[in-house]
This record gives sequence, structure tokens and C-alpha cells, in this order.
Amino acid sequence: MTRTWQPADAAAAGRQRAGLRPPLDPLQSAARARRFGSLYYLEHWLRAMRGYGWTVALTAVGTPLVYLFGLGVGLAALVDANTSAAASLGSGRPVPYLVFVAPALLATAAIMVATDENTYPVMSGFKWRRTYYGPNASPLSSHQLVNGHCLGVLCRLLLTTGLYFLFLLPAGAVLEASGWMMILTSALGGLAFGLPVMAYAARIEEDKGQFALVQRFIVMPLFLFSGTYFPLEAMPLVVRWIGWISPLWHSTELGRVLSYGQAEPAWLTAVHLGYLALLAVAGWLAARRIYARRLGK
Amino acid sequence: MISARNLTKKFGDVAAVDGISFEVRAGESFGLLGPNGAGKSTTMRMIGGVSRRSSGELAIMGLDPDRYGPEVRAHLGVVPQQDNLDEELRVRDNLIVYGRYFGLPHSYLRPKADELLEFAQLTDKAKSKIDALSGGMKRRLTIARSLINEPRMLLLDEPTTGLDPQARHILWDRLFRLKESGVTLILTTHYMDEAEQLCDRLIVVDKGRIMAEGSPAALIREHSTREVLELRFGSERNASVAAELAGIGERQETLPDRVLIYADDGEAALEQVSARGLRPLTTLVRRSSLEDVFLRLTGRSLID
Repeated sequence: MTRTWQPADAAAAGRQRAGLRPPLDPLQSAARARRFGSLYYLEHWLRAMRGYGWTVALTAVGTPLVYLFGLGVGLAALVDANTSAAASLGSGRPVPYLVFVAPALLATAAIMVATDENTYPVMSGFKWRRTYYGPNASPLSSHQLVNGHCLGVLCRLLLTTGLYFLFLLPAGAVLEASGWMMILTSALGGLAFGLPVMAYAARIEEDKGQFALVQRFIVMPLFLFSGTYFPLEAMPLVVRWIGWISPLWHSTELGRVLSYGQAEPAWLTAVHLGYLALLAVAGWLAARRIYARRLGK
Repeated sequence: MISARNLTKKFGDVAAVDGISFEVRAGESFGLLGPNGAGKSTTMRMIGGVSRRSSGELAIMGLDPDRYGPEVRAHLGVVPQQDNLDEELRVRDNLIVYGRYFGLPHSYLRPKADELLEFAQLTDKAKSKIDALSGGMKRRLTIARSLINEPRMLLLDEPTTGLDPQARHILWDRLFRLKESGVTLILTTHYMDEAEQLCDRLIVVDKGRIMAEGSPAALIREHSTREVLELRFGSERNASVAAELAGIGERQETLPDRVLIYADDGEAALEQVSARGLRPLTTLVRRSSLEDVFLRLTGRSLID
């Protein structure tokens, strides 16, 4: 509640004048910001995430529970009973469907989180809440905002994939010791999709439902055409290219190599990794350019 | 503190700021007065080291903001035109997080945040959500945030636009205290009363150019008469009556809603109007303001 001026305020003002002095002078502040600015923004990002911590936690825990239960009890039983599985283990034994689909679930969860964090929050930073303009007036640079945001998204991705992995273990969905590395590769898959989306979101001046279109016409089709619920080879050749350019397919295939030793040539594994890294770096560079242009007007 | 020479900013072919020059000294309170779209905010963003100039020279504390952006910004406190507090953080956390951008340690920021909340009269709101604050409180919190690094120079872009009169007065009081404590204030406004209250010296800006420069009193003395007689004859008649007023006062302006007669003695001018048998619906004699200066210089009113 506002109140009118009162004599006691003079004392407060006096204290302000004799107020605490910062332990750094402006040039020292600037030097620190130049070195650690990205981490300072990450700190802000993580603090703000605490505000919707429950959502983050429920998503991270609830998603694997629902999907593993639904697929493990329902679909997997059906598939395992009725198919001579398209994928097989080294010995020719068919891969249990849950094992086959688990890396895809993990990769999918990461892409969903990356989409969440790189659409509306980015738009909000520029337009609705204008939260980017505060730090932009401080010693931080626009590049550091981008870096801090990317690091924040990476933290949330690792939290999501890490927890998901912990649910996969008792479900018997991971066969190889190298399976834990899916936590990292799926997070990379999230960045490969999320950072280009971030760059796109940063370009949008007016919300005309673009994010809903991204969700419906990019994210959803990716799930259907990326060899998630069945191998890509089961698709007609004419639509297989969608999988080949889809970060979800590359992320899922990497996961299958790590999780149950899916047989594929080493060069293909390198292509998966390289492609994901390339998309992530390209998105990051584009976002840096777009943020700098938009915040520096 | 600030030195600008032929400062220019172009967006495409349009010059938002068109070769302006000015100096601001330490401890001074300096204003940019002009209508919306005059180039005030663009100038502020160049001073604030976030927008690169197209040409001209600019030095803040002797530093070129295009080259030493972080160093320039570390010297400043900035209060933007639109609040950009983080609504996902509580009131006090907004201050602490902002202080971290300056590399300041938590051991300094925690007590400093409490001190600034007291200054902004928001101590009892420390743990509130931003949504729970009124417009005036958000402005005060934004000002508190801008002081987290104890800057010697504060940039305020239309600090009281959209606030009710009481909230404006509280804010002016806080700003006046900062000025008294030696902080250099640079502010833009399109409110002439705000400029008169807070500015030692100001430039009147229109279409990216400086129209006049000086203290509020000097500008009024130079570009207007001591008093102004405002006459309202009804919106239909103002223009037609204006011709019958010829010769009264030093100068006249006919606006859609009223006729202004500039005279050193407003009451005497009013007597002359009555002597001509004219009967305005309402009359008002007032002192000249910066609004009149602006009208004189540009032929337009400050607020559209």
C-alpha cells in the first residue's frame, strides 16, 4: 500500500546516503561480469526455475511413470506377443519392446522439455515480461544471456533425463552398462532441437500462434516419423528422410546403441553425434546473433 | 560525466536521433523533454551502452559505450520506461539477482537489498510476488534495483508515466533525495511539471533534434511570456474567435480546445478581451510552463 511522505522517511533517506558501499568498483564489476556473466545469468535462471519447481519435478517424475506403465504393461505386452521384432539383440534374440522403446522415450522427454523452455519463456523475455531487458542494461552482454539460458536449459534437461533413466533401470529397460550415457546424449538431442527453436522464438515479434504450429507440425510429426515406436526401416522409403533429418531419430538411435548395443557401423554413430552437435551449435550461434540484434536496437 | 557530439542513430533511412550534442556534469540533474517518438529513449539507450550509435561521438565517464559496454553499464543505474522486473522472483530476490550481474557477493547484497527496500518503502513487501505490487510500487522497486550497485549516475526513462499523482509525488521525493546525495540524474519525460521539479537543466527534443537547451526557468523566460491567458469558447468557436482577439498580448496560439494568449500580465489581457465584448465559457490565467516553450518551438503540444 502506498503512503504519503512522513518525517521518519528523512531518517531512512539519511541512511541511504550513508548506505552500504559495494566491495567492488565499477571497473572491477565489469571485469567480473565479462568473465562470469553467463554464470550470473544461469544463477538467475535457476532461481526463477524454483518458482515453478513443482511443475519441473512433476514433469520429470510423472512423465516416465505414465509412459513406462502405459507402454510396459499395455503396448509392450501386445507387441512382444505378436511380433517377430524388427530389432534384435546380437544373438538374434528379439529385443523386448520396452527395451526398444525406452531410449526413444528418454529422447522424446528431452525434446519436450527443450521445446517448453525455448518457446514461450524466450518470447516472454523479449515481449511479455521483458525480463531480458533488465540484465541487458547491466554489465552482462546479450551473448551471456544466451549462454546462461542455454546452460539453464541444459541443467533442466539433465535433471529430466537423469530422473527418467533412474525409472528405466528398475523397469528392466536398460541392458548395457553404457546405458547411463543416454542421460547425456538425450540431453544433447534436446539442445539440438531446442536451440534452433530458441533462435526462432527470439525472432518472433508478434505471437500469432507460431508455437502451437511448431508443436503440431514439427514436434508431433517428429515423434511419428523418427523411429520412436517402431524402427524407421518399417516406414516407406519416401518418408524415411524425415527421420534422417530429425534430431529425435539421431538421439534415439544413439540411445539404442548405448542401452542395448543396437548393431550399427561406428561411422553412423559418429554421424548421430555430429549431427546433433551441429544443430545445437548452429542454433546457439543463430540465437546469439538474433539476441544481440534485438536487444541492441 | 557524459559528452555527446553529433550523436546520431538511424533505423534504416530514418534518423531517430539526428546529430545532437550535449554535456552533463557530475551531480547535475539533466532532462530530455519531448513528445513520444522524439528520440529520447533511443538517446538513453545509447547513453546506457545497449544501443550502438550510427555516427557521432559519445563518452560516458570518459568511456566509449560501443567499445566498453560492460564498463559503462557497471557505472550506471537504469530505470527503463517499461518495468521489467522478474515476476517469477519475489520482491527482494529481484534486487539480489540484479546485484549478481555486477559480480557483487551475497554478503553485500543481502543487507543492501534490505536497505534499498527501506528506501523504496517496500520493506513489508520483501517476500511478496511482483504481481501483488501496485504500479507505483513496481516503479519504486525498479528504482531500488537500479541502485543496487550504488551508481553515481542514474538513467530514468519516463519514470512516472502511467502513475497516479500520489505515486508520482512519492517517486519524485525519492529521486530528489538521490539528487541531494550527489547522484547524477538523466531523465526523459514528456511531463513538463516533472521536468520543472527535477531538472537543473534540460534539452527540448523534437524529431531527433535539439530545439532548445537551458534551465527550466531560463527556457520559459527566453521562449515564453511570464503569464498565459487560456480562453475556451467551445470547440466550434475557438478558431473563429481567434481573429477577433488580434493585438491582445504578445502572441496567440489557437488549439482545438482553447485559445492561448501570451502576455506578461494575464489579468490585463483578460480585461481587454472583455472590453471587446467577447464572452469565453471559461478563462484561466496561469504562469508560463515548459509546455508553452515546447508549443512555441515546435508548434505542437507535448502530449498527443
